[in-house]
Amino acid sequence: MKEQGLHKTELTLKQKLWQIQWFLVLLLFTAASVGFAMLYSAGGETAGTGSLNPWASRQMIRFGLGVVMMLTVAVLDIRLWLRHAYALYLATFVMLVVIELGGFVGTGAHRWINFGVVNIQPSELMKFTMVLALARYFHGGSIDDISRPLFLLPPLLLVAAPSALVLRQPDLGTTVMLIIAGGVIFFLAGVKLWKFGALALAALVSAPIAWHFLRDYQKNRVLTFLDPERDPLGAGYHIIQSKIALGSGGLFGKGFMLGSQSHLKFLPEKQTDFIFTMLSEEFGLMGGLGLLGLYSLILVYGFAISLRCRNQFGRLVGLGVTTTFFLYMFINIAMVIGLIPVVGAPLPLVSYGGTAMVSMLFGFGLLLGVYIHRDTQIGRRGSGEEL
Amino acid sequence: MGSLIALYGTSMLRDSDRHKLFSRRATMLAGGKMLLLSALVGRMYYLQVIDSKRYATLAEENRISLRLLPPPRGSIIDRFGKPMAVNRQNYRVVMNAESVQDAERMLDVLGDIIKIGGGERRRILREFQHKRSFVPVTLRENLNWDEVARVEVNAPDLPGVTIDVGQSRYYPNAYETAHILGYVAAVSGKERRGDPLLELPGFRVGKTGIEKTHDLALRGAGGRSQVEVNALGRVIRELERLEGLPGAEVGLTIDLGLQTMVSRRLKGKSAAVVVLDTHNGDVLAMVSTPSFDPNAFNKGFSAEEWKNLISDSRAPLTNKTISGLYSPGSTFKMVVALAALEKKAITPMSEFFCKGYLKLGEDKFYCWKEGGHGVVALEKGIRESCDVFFYETALRTGIDRIALMARRLGFGRVLGIDLPGEQPGLMPSRGWKMSTLGSQWMQAETMLAGIGQGYMLATPLQMAVMTAQLVNGGLRIKPRLTRDIKSPFPTMEEPPFEQTKLDIDPLHLTLIRNAMHAVVNHPTGTAYKARIDKPGYEMGGKTGTVQVRRISEEEREKGVIKNKELPWKERDHALFVGYAPIKNPRYAVSVVVEHGGGGAYVAAPIARDILLEAQRRKSARRGMKRPTKRPAKRPTKRLWGEG
Repeated sequence: MKEQGLHKTELTLKQKLWQIQWFLVLLLFTAASVGFAMLYSAGGETAGTGSLNPWASRQMIRFGLGVVMMLTVAVLDIRLWLRHAYALYLATFVMLVVIELGGFVGTGAHRWINFGVVNIQPSELMKFTMVLALARYFHGGSIDDISRPLFLLPPLLLVAAPSALVLRQPDLGTTVMLIIAGGVIFFLAGVKLWKFGALALAALVSAPIAWHFLRDYQKNRVLTFLDPERDPLGAGYHIIQSKIALGSGGLFGKGFMLGSQSHLKFLPEKQTDFIFTMLSEEFGLMGGLGLLGLYSLILVYGFAISLRCRNQFGRLVGLGVTTTFFLYMFINIAMVIGLIPVVGAPLPLVSYGGTAMVSMLFGFGLLLGVYIHRDTQIGRRGSGEEL
Repeated sequence: MGSLIALYGTSMLRDSDRHKLFSRRATMLAGGKMLLLSALVGRMYYLQVIDSKRYATLAEENRISLRLLPPPRGSIIDRFGKPMAVNRQNYRVVMNAESVQDAERMLDVLGDIIKIGGGERRRILREFQHKRSFVPVTLRENLNWDEVARVEVNAPDLPGVTIDVGQSRYYPNAYETAHILGYVAAVSGKERRGDPLLELPGFRVGKTGIEKTHDLALRGAGGRSQVEVNALGRVIRELERLEGLPGAEVGLTIDLGLQTMVSRRLKGKSAAVVVLDTHNGDVLAMVSTPSFDPNAFNKGFSAEEWKNLISDSRAPLTNKTISGLYSPGSTFKMVVALAALEKKAITPMSEFFCKGYLKLGEDKFYCWKEGGHGVVALEKGIRESCDVFFYETALRTGIDRIALMARRLGFGRVLGIDLPGEQPGLMPSRGWKMSTLGSQWMQAETMLAGIGQGYMLATPLQMAVMTAQLVNGGLRIKPRLTRDIKSPFPTMEEPPFEQTKLDIDPLHLTLIRNAMHAVVNHPTGTAYKARIDKPGYEMGGKTGTVQVRRISEEEREKGVIKNKELPWKERDHALFVGYAPIKNPRYAVSVVVEHGGGGAYVAAPIARDILLEAQRRKSARRGMKRPTKRPAKRPTKRLWGEG
């Protein structure tokens, strides 16, 4: 990684492949493998048995396809992503609107759009296309620009519009993630801290009004979070059972495929949102910490790559992706251990689910790409020369 | 070019500013994330290390469900081993309260499959709320095959609902044995205490009769099964099983053959019969009619059936042999005679003249025989049941001496038979009248007592016990229904029968027995028509006809209205006490037919048939060994150790 200055010569494909952080890829693969193992266990009908069906095998195939896509994204010229950032954002946004008009309705909320062969959840994609769009916008602005309030208006809209749409679906978890991830990019771009304070104050003031607009089940989730015993067989059931499963796992767990809570179906959604609980029940605190350690390593990679990058777009994309990854992980784990209300959020790379896996790997493709193109000089609109 | 470089330079400068700012902010971001991550770790540590024990317990509670195993109720057999109360399979639908969240909804679904009445529904919802969660609630019992199949087919729609094979009580000779055995029924709220078994769905306890007397022994001890269940309440596997102890088998003194014969003989009458073994007080038959179907208590009555049962003036639910109170009438004359002989108020030779009535002051006391018996001594007095003779005798003996003798023979007190609901009856005396009615005893009342009427009340059981003691040589007996209990409970065995003398002069007893023999076998005896001709089977006894209405002077002049012309409720009670055979009497019987008419015409023939049948069957014989098979396999783990 010697200082090359401004290289105008394009990297060849071979060079790019060489530049891929293969250790990061290995970390991702390890995390996904933890998921395979847990899905194998979850597939078992009774304690002590596991099965590739119905979840583990399909997850493996998705991961395989996702990795291919990730590497493709990584080696594509980063300026390409910059140039098409708004277009991608717009496309995702349109998909969200289409869903509002009538997509496939599942699990009480319409989040899916049917593309014939695959069902796509545009809200998952939006988490990354929004990062791209914001990164492009701030890439083009100087420090002076950023201090101008009017300059901040378009990116605010970039965050607010999809958030509002997703909230209407209703998907509280994704909304929160979009807003926080957007905020983090504002923060990294250099927006003054007092502005965040002002915004937070405004949010606090408007919270009672927002409460008014929440759906009953969302209110229930918040209330249940505050007091899970409130309704032990209703809304609080998930979180109580999750805590019981987790707590009873103890330090070293009950053993692979021997989680009684999960296998006796006390634990709901054990293959998706509550897979961390299952892991912790079967492998105990050590298993949970192990996965957290793995995640932390990935986060460290994300930070290192972003800090090393010599263009603002890459830096913002890198930490945007890393932050989204972190939010997935944090919201999911904090939810299953009862730190925050139950909002639907998968455990990244581990939970069963196609779109989340694919879009997460798309994000990591961007991150790998940021590293490959760390020294690429990018103009305001994505060309090498133009500033 | 220079300008280009300069441009680049400023650009570089600007970018490096941005990079610096970015790095600073990224560091802050990283710090924030580390903080959040450590919050996760802290929380996980708290849940999985500090609080782990609590959650482990909760997980076990989740997973492990304790089920009670009801023990099979002990059977009841007669003295020869014939089953009188047994258990039959009963299919029922039960609901695990812990895995049903919305009972109302579940009942709606189930209601479409099998019929559930409105009252049942309320009961289920009430039980659903009050029971401990691991105790299943019975939804319906006695399902037929069709209903069982329909519930099984719809099982996926009914989480927490299962078909359960239970056992229900069955009485093969329902009507014939109802009053002895009693019945079992669902546990009432008051009884639901102590034994967790009582909370089991459809658990039955004895409510009356032997079922109640020996309820604890018959019940046995409940077992426990620890099962692993999943979130839907489905049992995954059994973890541990602690077998209970089946209920004990109770052997009765009843001869079921004789019992059914007596029942049939009394069909259509409101009557009570007790047959005793004179040697030891074994109750060989005990029949009260009309009867009821104890099996119906298991199935449940309709409101109408139940109303009929309670409002019937002939009291089918009452065991008249121990709870029915009657004036003993002339059957009491032996007691009066014994009291008089003992006091030496009369001798066997003492004679009185019966002119059809006895005048006491202004009042006339009539003999049953118009025109009178003429000269009457003791034997004739009993044989022909002369009332005047016993008016005189009673007056000479005094009520207190009569009462004393009556008590010795079992009147006016509880005999202690092993059935609930036994009545003591009433044996009046001076002291009794003073303390309860607050007035002086009248001589007229002594005369009435002399013929077993007036205040006096006795149960058919007391009459039978009296008869047995008169003819068994003056041995005191205590009537009993329980022969033995094959039970692991140590205290359940009855104390062995002890023979004690009543301390009555044997000579007097012989006199009385001879007179009772004459009642049946002498051509002028009141029960001569009901005698047993078969040699060696002859019986002795005493008739009794008890007035239940007052006969006015006016009516006497016009002629007493015949029983058949009276409404049923006003007809006389027909009584007879008897024994057989004449030599070494083994069987004593008392017969009371409510409003039956004359004792000689109605009660005596019944007693004859019964005594004949008892002798023919040799009801009291002991030779037959009862089968000794154990009711169920021995438990693998004993609740009561064997040392």
